[in-house]
Amino acid sequence: MTTSIGFIFFIGAIGLGAIGIAGIVLANHLFRLVLALAIAEAGANLLLILAGYRWDAVAPIVSDPAVVQTMVDPVPQAMVLTAIVIGVGVQALALTLVIRIRQRYGTLDMQEARQRMQDDLDAAAGITPSRSRERPAGGRPLPAPAAAVEAGVQHD
Amino acid sequence: MRSLATLLFLGGLIFLLTVLTGNLPFGNPPMLVGDAIQKGAADEVGAANFVTAVVLAYRGLDTLGELSILFAAATAGGLVLGAAHGGSHQRPAGFILRAGADLLFPLLLVVGLYIVMHGHLTPGGGFQGGVVLAAAFFLPLLARPGETLSHPWLSLVEGLAGTAFIVVGLIALFQGHGFLAPMFDKGTLGELVSSGSLPVLYLAVGLKVGSELASLLSRLASDDEVAS
Repeated sequence: MTTSIGFIFFIGAIGLGAIGIAGIVLANHLFRLVLALAIAEAGANLLLILAGYRWDAVAPIVSDPAVVQTMVDPVPQAMVLTAIVIGVGVQALALTLVIRIRQRYGTLDMQEARQRMQDDLDAAAGITPSRSRERPAGGRPLPAPAAAVEAGVQHD
Repeated sequence: MRSLATLLFLGGLIFLLTVLTGNLPFGNPPMLVGDAIQKGAADEVGAANFVTAVVLAYRGLDTLGELSILFAAATAGGLVLGAAHGGSHQRPAGFILRAGADLLFPLLLVVGLYIVMHGHLTPGGGFQGGVVLAAAFFLPLLARPGETLSHPWLSLVEGLAGTAFIVVGLIALFQGHGFLAPMFDKGTLGELVSSGSLPVLYLAVGLKVGSELASLLSRLASDDEVAS
């Protein structure tokens, strides 16, 4: 009985991490990407805390020096404290980059932002736009470029 | 194709972690280091909160690394966003929000300092209290969008706090102990003035985290106003 309850807790933590990683890879919106990162971190932290849990134990703080109590493992808790702080730093840095991208390209959609960034790079380097799925190389019987771009976008 | 590969990887990861944790004895973990710390920390460090003993005494160097990561993140954020832009076209907040911010500012300051100073006795400490301090200084900015925080002062506090952390570690080193080893009189377990240098270290951590987060938040807020 006790094992199955622990297994449920672990499944919850693993599920949080899996949702976060799936969000990081599948999300197409930059802010959702940052949120998915936060969820994945929460899952990893929960997993660490669960690994140090003890039945019928108190938090690792001495309230009365005369009484000896069972306590949970303080080492994973200290690790999670570190992980949370580093997570905050990573999220803040990610958010600054997201704000910058929105200021520069006016969008938070990853593919649009990437396309505009590529256009910028091409214009700065003075070369013809590189090939992409939205803009295949010429020479084939394709409709006008503008229509091709639109068709490509709608296809995706 | 790319998402298919990712889902395969994700399934494998879930399977691996499930099997690993399924074999873990939940509720009675094998505590080798944890038991040793619980037996010895009260005498060796003198902190009633063993998590604080681990964070500042047994793994003090890791905490210094953690602080430098936070510092690097805050510096990179400032670099990406540039200097804070003064002057806002947003109209000021209403009376209730402004009065509430004025009322909450001293309370948040007291609560933040309390959490920082009791880090070796209760759940809490420099990181948690530092975030509350940052919230205290960021709250008036939300109520009055036009104002900005004084970044030179925040940088000064941040630099002095970081220096204090390293200096405490170096004093321990020159006294013949390890870097950041606990020093001074340990006092009685559970008293406010106890466990030697740990409260000093946590005060430095709290000030550093608070000033870093406050400057980062104010930069984010002022830049977001420009963007929108």
